[in-house]
Amino acid sequence: MLITCPYCGPRDVIEFTYQGDGNRERPDPVSQNFEAWNAYVYDRLNPAGDHNEIWQHSGGCRAHLRVVRNTLTHEISSVAFVRGDHGSAARSKAEDKP
Amino acid sequence: MSPRRADTGGRIDRLKTIRFTFDGIAYTGHGGDTLASALLANGVTLLGRSFKYHRPRGLLSAGVEEPNALVTVLKGEVREPNIPATMVEIHDGLLAVSQNRFPSLAWDIHAVNQLGGKLLSAGFYYKTFMGPVVGPLKGTRFWMFCEHFIRRAAGLGSAGSAKDPARYERMNAFCDVLVVGSGPAGLMAAKAAADQGARVILADLEPHFGGSANWSGETIDGAWATDWVRRTVAQLAARDNVRLLPRTTVWGYYDNNTLAALERVSDHKEQPAKGEPRHRYWAIRAGSVVLATGAFERPLVFPGNDRPGVMLAHAAERYANEFGVLPGQRVVLFTNNDSAYRSALALKQAGAAIVAIVDVRPQPSAEMSALAGETEAELLSGHAVVATEGGKALSGLKVQRFDMVAGVLSGDARSVHADCLLMSGGWSPTIHLASQAGAKAEWSAARQAFLPPKPTQKWIGAGAFTGSFSTVEAIAEGRAAGLAAAGGTAAPAALPSVEAIPGDPDPAPVFEIRASGKSFVDFQHDVTAEDVRLAHREGFVSVEHLKRYTTLGMATDQGKSSNVPGLAIMAEALGKPIPDVGTTRFRPPFAPVSIGSLAAERFGDLKPERLTPMHDWHLANGATMYSAGLWYRPMIYGLSGETVEQAYVREAKATRESAGIVDVSTLGKIAVQGPDAATFLDRVYTNMFSTLAVGKARYGLMLREDGFAFDDGTTWRLGEQDFLMTTTTANAGRVMQHLEYFLDVVWPELKVHVTSVTDEWAGAAIGGPKARQILAACVTGTAVDNATLPFMGIVHGEIAGVPVMVCRLSFSGEMAFEVYSGAGHGTHVWEALIEAGKPFGLVTYGLEALGTMRIEKGHVTGAEIDGRTTARDLHLDWMLSKKKPFIGSAMMDREGLVASDRLDLVGLIALDNRPLNGGAHIVEEIDEANPRGSIGHITACCYSPALGKHIALALVKGGKARHGTRAHVSDPLRNRFGPVEIVSNHFYDPEGTRMHG
Repeated sequence: MLITCPYCGPRDVIEFTYQGDGNRERPDPVSQNFEAWNAYVYDRLNPAGDHNEIWQHSGGCRAHLRVVRNTLTHEISSVAFVRGDHGSAARSKAEDKP
Repeated sequence: MSPRRADTGGRIDRLKTIRFTFDGIAYTGHGGDTLASALLANGVTLLGRSFKYHRPRGLLSAGVEEPNALVTVLKGEVREPNIPATMVEIHDGLLAVSQNRFPSLAWDIHAVNQLGGKLLSAGFYYKTFMGPVVGPLKGTRFWMFCEHFIRRAAGLGSAGSAKDPARYERMNAFCDVLVVGSGPAGLMAAKAAADQGARVILADLEPHFGGSANWSGETIDGAWATDWVRRTVAQLAARDNVRLLPRTTVWGYYDNNTLAALERVSDHKEQPAKGEPRHRYWAIRAGSVVLATGAFERPLVFPGNDRPGVMLAHAAERYANEFGVLPGQRVVLFTNNDSAYRSALALKQAGAAIVAIVDVRPQPSAEMSALAGETEAELLSGHAVVATEGGKALSGLKVQRFDMVAGVLSGDARSVHADCLLMSGGWSPTIHLASQAGAKAEWSAARQAFLPPKPTQKWIGAGAFTGSFSTVEAIAEGRAAGLAAAGGTAAPAALPSVEAIPGDPDPAPVFEIRASGKSFVDFQHDVTAEDVRLAHREGFVSVEHLKRYTTLGMATDQGKSSNVPGLAIMAEALGKPIPDVGTTRFRPPFAPVSIGSLAAERFGDLKPERLTPMHDWHLANGATMYSAGLWYRPMIYGLSGETVEQAYVREAKATRESAGIVDVSTLGKIAVQGPDAATFLDRVYTNMFSTLAVGKARYGLMLREDGFAFDDGTTWRLGEQDFLMTTTTANAGRVMQHLEYFLDVVWPELKVHVTSVTDEWAGAAIGGPKARQILAACVTGTAVDNATLPFMGIVHGEIAGVPVMVCRLSFSGEMAFEVYSGAGHGTHVWEALIEAGKPFGLVTYGLEALGTMRIEKGHVTGAEIDGRTTARDLHLDWMLSKKKPFIGSAMMDREGLVASDRLDLVGLIALDNRPLNGGAHIVEEIDEANPRGSIGHITACCYSPALGKHIALALVKGGKARHGTRAHVSDPLRNRFGPVEIVSNHFYDPEGTRMHG
């Protein structure tokens, strides 16, 4: 399996660490809603098909990536930085150049 | 009469004589021979005994699909079993032996199994060896005892136990187009892709490229097909963008067009060249793949179809045309399709007499009848072979009139004298790789075969693989596939012209002739047509269950020749069309793969070594090293004649009496920097860090999201926005990943950067009553007195001209300091400290003494923070801030995590004054005969020089309430039982007066 890291390009899956289901939402830190915390810590989606996952390019740039992967075919339909597009600043700089 | 070598023909080098040994008998062959062709040329037709019935077996095929002629090749002490003789190239000194026979191939005592055929039907083992459920043997291991003998009687070759001295290699390759198979289709594809400038890899499992062109007897572009192959391969070899891989089996097709291949680099040589591996494992990442893997001919299923001398028709053609070997003198062909007529002609031309062509079809085409006439064979259309005769070699067969529509035999059986029977049951495209790549095969009623599915990955099929069995089609499809794979468009140039014998590619839908006698479907696993029907009668309707119950297709050949006939017989029994019964998904590997090639260079100790900056100094000064994760750390600095225990006791004692120094460079160190660094640490740690003053350090505890303890360590505030976090040695990587995850995924708004700086700093911890004096003697640029450097204070200064950072903190419980310098100065500073310490009796100490002093102090490490313990279990609840949320705060108060009967941390003192063992259980009542009733276990133990006792830390149920009570250690594995006293985990100086000074 290859994952195309937005920084590093297509890389073998051994360079990445799976960091779990990307659909989880962390409750407000002060929330006492135990059900919500329990769901966040323990519940994971396990779809047969497209899955929204977090992968870290731990053997590369170490960025966390939001990867949409088909669990049946391993086809990856999108890869983006979880943190937002790091590259946007650099790109606009590049565009400014004559 | 027997098989023999023809005087001419084939690509055999008759001038080169090769000597080899099979079953202890010396034979000769020629250059280019396989073990199969060489033995056949020597008249050897009996090559193996069958799996279950020990029936004599000869060659069925000439290629990788061979189910019968499996041999063990011996090289030195190493034996490699279960290799098809058809895939072994002979070389001088080759030693091979047959398998599954005792005492010899010709006289095998297990052949009596044939008489018990009814008993040994499908499911025999499951039905018989359930283990006695009643009677005197009930509950005994009697059936396991039997199994030992059954396994000896039924089976394949035995693996060796000697260490394999061969070298194996792994290669990663990248190409635009990978072409699998080098027949006319594959060669055309490779050439077309290469002409487009694509980087091409051409792989074929045979030693010679060319595939069917090597034996088809056809002409391409006016020359013999073999000459066309030679020319084309030479053109490819001359190109820089083409890599040719002969003897290379592409055996796996994985995601993203990653393919696995095995190259047999030197199996065919007496001695590998210097530096040459035996096998090479190729991981190939291909832009696109051309699958030109051809097709396998299928056997027909009829009584006695496994007798030596019964062979696939094309295999005989191959032996004749490619190796110049005639598999028999009097040949009969038995077919349901046209391709066998070409085989008949080839054998006729090579010098055999074609006695008869038995065709199940009532009326073969005029073209085929003419071909039969050319071979001077009697054409028996609408007939079938119903029996074979002979012992270890074929002597004749019986033929009967056959109505293929009704499947009915009629009339009297007629005997035909023959020493070779060639059968052709149609062709199955070799779709294994396409199936592995993801999609389900599609049944073609016309071809009576499973054709490759629509690609789900980037591959293109060509030639017989797609069901296009003629060379003309193969050449056209091959070029089109190569062009498309390389992204080119159709070339206007003319295609090579082909002169070939015509033939209809569609066979008659006949797979089995039902007559009395054993008719084999799976030759290698001895599965008969009757076994398949028995499985059906017993209720196995799914093809997957059929496979498992009868073991059809589960031998080392993976059913290459038996899958489709087996399925057809099952479909007939079920009364369903074949596609409704389905086929099983092919899985890697396509053919057996050596384990050595998968491991390649990755064996032995594969871990990288992490060495501290002072590593060489430790070695030079008598340290015994100890591996801790990837790190190497001094265990003890033993004096001559000292035991490990004597050494660590001396080191710990000297540290508490004067001073000791230990290398702590392995601690994980993470720079946490940025405007929100303090806020981030408040969220990560259970206690507060935003209140920490610059120039001070604080001990911190982290939990996981689920509320369990995760890691601990000190974090130093070097500046308003600049923290240096330390982690335990073992958890450094995990903590880093934890921090990165929260910054990237959960709190992207925080302006914080984390950097692993573990390797940037060398650390030395110096502790003991004289530690401060030693520092004062060597540190310049700062004072180190109590006012300047209070407990948990940090100062910057110099030692021997090198900038250092000194923090006063203590793991040993003594007045202690951690001295950090740049890693490159580590040894320099360490030596300066050692020198300064000499007048004060400073000792170096290792992990054993470090552990001893931490147990005496009751500090926790990874042994206690084991992923199952909470802050409360470890009596660290004083660190849980109530003023703020932190990672784990929402989950840590769950019912189960605050229960009163949880295991919590205690100290133990051995009352019998004997050493304790890590992992030993703690029990209330001792019962050596029947150990039970564990209330906890020991996590760490040592002899405490400070207490003069054997002590331990333990996690014990409701431990705190048991302080002052007695319990027992129960360690049946090491036979250690005895009384202990449960005490507080703080054995030594619980008030901390020594470290606060």
